[in-house]
Amino acid sequence: MDRPRTDKSPWNWLLLIPIVVPLLTFLYNADEPRIAGFPKFYWLQFAFILLGVGTTTLVYRMTKGGRR
Amino acid sequence: MSDHITEIVIFTFLFLLVSGMGFVAARWRRPTDMAHLDEWGLGGRSFGGWITWFLVGGDLYTAYTFVAVPALIFGAGAAGFFAVPYTVIIYPLFFLILIRLWSVSHRHGFVTPADFVRSRFDSPTLALVVAITGIVATMPYIALQLIGIEAVLKTMGVTGESAFARHLPIIIAFAILAAYTYQSGLRAPALIAFVKDTLIYIVILVAVLWLPYKLGGWGAIFDAADAKFQASPAPGDGILLNANNQVQYFTLALGSALALFLYPHSITGVLASKNRDVIKRNMSALPAYSFLLGLIALLGYMAIAAGVKPLPGATAGSVDNNTVVPLLFDQQFPSWFTGIAFAAIGIGALVPAAIMSIAAANLFTRNIYKEYLRKDATHAQEASVAKITSLVVKIGAVACIVFLDPQFSIDLQLIGGVIILQTAPAVVVGLYTRWLHRGALIAGWAAGMALGFWMLWQIPNAATGRAHFGGSAFPLSEFGFDTKKTIYVGFVAVIVNFLVAAVVTLALRAIKTPEGTDHTAPDDYFADEGDPRIEKHRDDTTVDTISST
Repeated sequence: MDRPRTDKSPWNWLLLIPIVVPLLTFLYNADEPRIAGFPKFYWLQFAFILLGVGTTTLVYRMTKGGRR
Repeated sequence: MSDHITEIVIFTFLFLLVSGMGFVAARWRRPTDMAHLDEWGLGGRSFGGWITWFLVGGDLYTAYTFVAVPALIFGAGAAGFFAVPYTVIIYPLFFLILIRLWSVSHRHGFVTPADFVRSRFDSPTLALVVAITGIVATMPYIALQLIGIEAVLKTMGVTGESAFARHLPIIIAFAILAAYTYQSGLRAPALIAFVKDTLIYIVILVAVLWLPYKLGGWGAIFDAADAKFQASPAPGDGILLNANNQVQYFTLALGSALALFLYPHSITGVLASKNRDVIKRNMSALPAYSFLLGLIALLGYMAIAAGVKPLPGATAGSVDNNTVVPLLFDQQFPSWFTGIAFAAIGIGALVPAAIMSIAAANLFTRNIYKEYLRKDATHAQEASVAKITSLVVKIGAVACIVFLDPQFSIDLQLIGGVIILQTAPAVVVGLYTRWLHRGALIAGWAAGMALGFWMLWQIPNAATGRAHFGGSAFPLSEFGFDTKKTIYVGFVAVIVNFLVAAVVTLALRAIKTPEGTDHTAPDDYFADEGDPRIEKHRDDTTVDTISST
């Protein structure tokens, strides 16, 4: 081990986005606009799943090399 | 019963198929020595990305989820959709926490979260508190898996006159489950999870493509649900949230997310993975299940649009909303497909039930048996005690269903979510800092538990006419606020828990109460697969940190 290992990285702060955004009910608590029949309440929360996947994937890739 | 014969045949066939797999699993990835808790209880800590995905996915998204979430949507609408934000935020929330827990557990041979707490805070008492909380929270969760199976059996008409005849199929199913879990340990649910999830994915994808087509499109489905809630007298329902349940919605999502990875069975699934990268990659891959869960939730609206009437409940005059999804399939699909769907739900109950019983058994073995009953237990003795405990746990869960009102299990599960949250300061904060004093953590836990129980006790349920334990939405007016808003009980309880722990820490430090020795080192929290100190540890006959006092 050349230097002490750590999980610290500025990229980790990005993880806050998919934690906070899905909890902000005022963003999505509406019927209109509908997409393919889905009220905004439903399609936007489904979209947050992609936000979560995108963020965790990005953070994983960006922090992968830094540990050794 | 005869009109359901195709469904019953397919259900039974698939059920027996996975039972066979459960027994064969003992030979899958065969270890050199099964008489070790790492092998029986953690599958040798060797699972890669795919197995972990199926195992943890099969573990977190249970049969009860598949039955209860759409039932909630069917009954209350948008408030039940909290399951989606809940399962979105959980992965970024635990992304960094779980890899720390994995590393320290890997290096020290911890099998349970209580093992970690024991070493970190040098306190067998705090570990006992964490272990008992875990076991108590897990038991009703297992019982709820049975409710998932029961909803399916009820719809297929497999019910008897006497209480015994009605429960016989469940007792048989659980006896088989108990037998192969006993033999194969965590390898059984890991192998069965492949079948379970494949079936679930196929069934749900077909359902969400076919049903909207048949029911006039998604727009019509949401409109039908809207019309039903407009007509109902209940104040809290609707396809959108109202002014009073938004705080409840996000605190419930956040609280449930924080609680989920504190459950012993979730941690068992995580610790069974072979390295840190497997966990990190799964934090990106597991949300695929959240997508599925969102679609499953919407089956509740489809049931409204299709005019499904739930079957009667256990007590006269009540209805069992848990039967709406099985009824929807029964009504809308050919019986061979319904049979597959029912099998998917039934098998979906077996995977988590097996992992939960293993996790509870691990806790008992490591933190009660080895700590208090037999300090010099060998690895072989640990493994055999855990196997026997897993049987006892399942018998307990079956007894809950047979002898108690199922509603009672649901109440216990509600309480379970609140109480498992009270281990967060010790387990989650403990992974980052040792600032909180061990005595203060016990005080905080006690305060959180007491407040949580009191709040749950205060909540009535208008729909079922019950005065106590009617739900987890606590009216803020009870605290003296002039509002109709509600909040999630566990969220309030865990905040009070933190505050009490912090204040008592300052007090205990002021009077110089001993804090014990930290048996973990800063470097332990970053250890990965192939670490030389881990390889050495596996050959030892005793676990260093547990045997040292």
